[in-house]
Amino acid sequence: MAEETPWQQALRSANRANPYPFYEELRKTPVARQPDGTYVVSTYREIVTLLHDPRVSSDPRKCAALAATRTENPEQPAAEPIREALTEPNIITCDPPEHDRDRRAMMPHFAGPADAPHLISDLEPDIRRLVDGLLDDMRGKTRIDAVDDFAYPLPVTVICKVLGVPLEDEPRFHHWIETALDALDFGPEAASEEIQSRLAGGRQAVQDFGRFAADLLDRYAGRPGPGMLSALVNEDGTEGRMSKGVLVSNALLLIFAGHETTVNLIAHSVLTLLRHPDALEELRRRPELIVPAVEELLRFESSVQFWHTRSALEDIDIAGTTIPKGAPIFLVYGSANRDPQRFTDPDTLDFERPDNQHLGFSQGIHFCFGAPLARLEVQVAVAEFVRRVENPRLVEDPPPYRHNQIFRGPRHVLVDIDGIRD
Amino acid sequence: MRIVVDLNRCQGYAQCVYLAHEVFRLNGQEALTYEPNPDDERRLQVERAAAACPVQAIALDRVDGTERGEAS
Amino acid sequence: MTLRATVAELVREFRASGRIVIVGASLAGLRAAETLREEGFTGSLTIIGDEPYEPYDRPPLSKQVLKGWVPADHTKLPRMRDVDADWRLGVAAVGLDRATKQVRLANGEQVPYDRLLIATGTRARQWPNPDEAALQGVHTIRSRDDAAQLQKELAEPPSRVVVIGAGFIGSEVASVCRELDLPVTVVERGSAPLVGALGGVIGEIAAQLQRDHGVDLRCGLGVSSLEGDSGGHVRRAHLSDGSAVDADVVVASLGSIRNVEWLEGSGLAAGFWGVGCDAGGRAFDINGVVTDSVFVAGDVARAPHVLYEYQFLAMEHWDNAVLGAQAAAHNMVNLEPHYRPHLLLPGFWSGQFGVNIKSVGVPPFGDEIVFTQGSVEERHFAAAYGRRGRIVAAVAFDHGKWLEYYGRLIERSGPFPPPPPGWDHPPDTKPVPAEFPDPRVPTAVPDVVLTGHAPSERTAAFRPRRH
Repeated sequence: MAEETPWQQALRSANRANPYPFYEELRKTPVARQPDGTYVVSTYREIVTLLHDPRVSSDPRKCAALAATRTENPEQPAAEPIREALTEPNIITCDPPEHDRDRRAMMPHFAGPADAPHLISDLEPDIRRLVDGLLDDMRGKTRIDAVDDFAYPLPVTVICKVLGVPLEDEPRFHHWIETALDALDFGPEAASEEIQSRLAGGRQAVQDFGRFAADLLDRYAGRPGPGMLSALVNEDGTEGRMSKGVLVSNALLLIFAGHETTVNLIAHSVLTLLRHPDALEELRRRPELIVPAVEELLRFESSVQFWHTRSALEDIDIAGTTIPKGAPIFLVYGSANRDPQRFTDPDTLDFERPDNQHLGFSQGIHFCFGAPLARLEVQVAVAEFVRRVENPRLVEDPPPYRHNQIFRGPRHVLVDIDGIRD
Repeated sequence: MRIVVDLNRCQGYAQCVYLAHEVFRLNGQEALTYEPNPDDERRLQVERAAAACPVQAIALDRVDGTERGEAS
Repeated sequence: MTLRATVAELVREFRASGRIVIVGASLAGLRAAETLREEGFTGSLTIIGDEPYEPYDRPPLSKQVLKGWVPADHTKLPRMRDVDADWRLGVAAVGLDRATKQVRLANGEQVPYDRLLIATGTRARQWPNPDEAALQGVHTIRSRDDAAQLQKELAEPPSRVVVIGAGFIGSEVASVCRELDLPVTVVERGSAPLVGALGGVIGEIAAQLQRDHGVDLRCGLGVSSLEGDSGGHVRRAHLSDGSAVDADVVVASLGSIRNVEWLEGSGLAAGFWGVGCDAGGRAFDINGVVTDSVFVAGDVARAPHVLYEYQFLAMEHWDNAVLGAQAAAHNMVNLEPHYRPHLLLPGFWSGQFGVNIKSVGVPPFGDEIVFTQGSVEERHFAAAYGRRGRIVAAVAFDHGKWLEYYGRLIERSGPFPPPPPGWDHPPDTKPVPAEFPDPRVPTAVPDVVLTGHAPSERTAAFRPRRH
């Protein structure tokens, strides 16, 4: 058996807590062909270049290798139960002009009218109330889980409100998402019996989740309610209404990406601060640092480690390599954000890092749709955690990680505390 | 306070608009306009907007305005 | 002491106690001053500006200021650091004596320097008939005061505005007029708006954009005279086809003139296109010999550019002012081999009629254009300019996120037509002539111009007909 590539090693679950040494190795070949024909791009400059290259598609339907299902092709590079279960693209898996049109149609319902997009900043009081409530609930406890007690409940509550998803449905979609994410594997363990046995369940979960979203949209159709989904299904913008399939696909994306990545960012922020007591102390002393601090945390532990639906539509010459037409391209944001060619001392946490143009939310036309909301939530949550939690100590390091490689985050972060300040 | 946006760098991500729409506005889909000297009370909003810019195109004053000897 | 040590000592001494004078207190002058201090220059620094205002940003003037959203005095530039300068504002420099190393001011004062930075920029070309130009309601727009006055008159509101010249500024003024729901007539000598900068193919799209927004656009015509009433207020514009347009505000947007008159007799390579300098900002004299003590930056500088056959490039661009000033300032307090070049890929933007128009490279250097991405119909597209099989520039309408792809191709002198995108193709992807006007056609001079190979070249000068 051939020796594993740095990329394959980075994807092993044993290395989930710290993939960075493998990324360092990976960056020695900025554009690295993998045995399955995928081109993995790990350096900042090359990733930014490809994000702005119109010969790169984000639509897996345009790439034979990505479009094949595992049933059709057991050698397929990436088993993708989520995509296999979805028939229509969403804004993250399609190209212009569809992408531009659909994103333009969605944005006003998320951000507000073009002349005064106030909806996101209007959420700040709600976010503060929620964070206060979660911290209040920790009173009297000596040990908390920064994921279950803090990082998870905030974003999921906010996204339900924003989208108009009933909060009481949360346990159901939480289960579907967890099931699907656990079945997704791009590494050497994908062929393992354990992952293989999860695939069917993952597919089923996405189908159930899709039906749930479709039902929700149906309920809102003609009977407008609060939130973005109702607006999408009822209001004709200048771009016209999206088809039902596209709406469902985008609804899934919004529900899922609308909280999952934020959960991981808050969890990683707490974890990183507890690992860097000086930084934690600095933030306590100078609370105004929270704004650049969150940018640095986005760089330091990116919530989306890589993205996997891109491919080359033409031969692309880059970094001394030619990515051949038809090849899948993985862009590893988590590695670009630690690229020493771009960031001085990339493994050092520095809240006052100048010119911190990280790729935590990607760049180009697929720049994270929910970024302004995520930033607001994380700024408030982390600032209040730092201000109110007395003497937080990490119980285990590294903490246990969730299986998923793209949406990388700790499953639990246990923290011992002395109390909660007012 | 004073700000200036390098509109050559700006690619119209509009993050600043969502975070501080009183200071930054889009004219159409992508053309950014803004108030170069916003009220000081908007500083937090503007700092958030500047930090959020994916291409770091927003520059804030690092020292207070006018020097001795400058007319205004 | 070795020679090397002596030179190092000279640099140290100059940085500690030299005298630097910057003429021009706008964007380039300010950023140069900040860079000098950043580089450790602690000597005396004098900044001379003919306007009474501290450095302010000009791009907002023809947009948010005219619209009435932002007051004209809200354009003060942010400061990156203290510059601890002797500011001489409201007094113009009127002469330069390189033999005695002194700048002469309008009030008769002489300011001595060891090193000088010329950053005097440009001014608006006035309506050529002085009597007509003096009529109330006749405007040019370049300064804070210009914008404040014009904004006041647009708010009145006027019955109609006439804009003479459909370059970028003229088009932006027309756009603001339509946003304010003011009737506006645009008169352009060329075949379409923006032809000088972007060529006739893009000009035609810009023309349609203006018309769709209700602009009364008259191309291929000039304004032959302006007529005032007995109170000395402009009331009518007479066009070269014999027609007339009633209007009480007229904006002459005829391009700019480089502020070089004060250098007359200085022996520097100063002319119509500005002051010739090397890629490090060191000024040339009229014989093409580089000077050691005079530097140039911003709109008034013209320097050879490697990407454009080493022709001297003159750029009235915002980032040219910032980056050119930073490079020149660095070189003012360093010696070889620590000189830094200023080799900017030109870049430009203009917001008008709700569309973000951006370009990279030098479009008029190209003779062909090809649409590469998006839809012209939706005014959401990218196009590339080529010359002899190489890509030399690109333009985007609401497609700014893709422009850096073309920028990278231009930097590498990539092929033209460029490799096609994989999706969102325009219906027609064949290169066509870009239709730049003959240089002798008096349309608006583009903001970025290749001005030939000689440091003191003046032959490209177009002299407008005087009445």
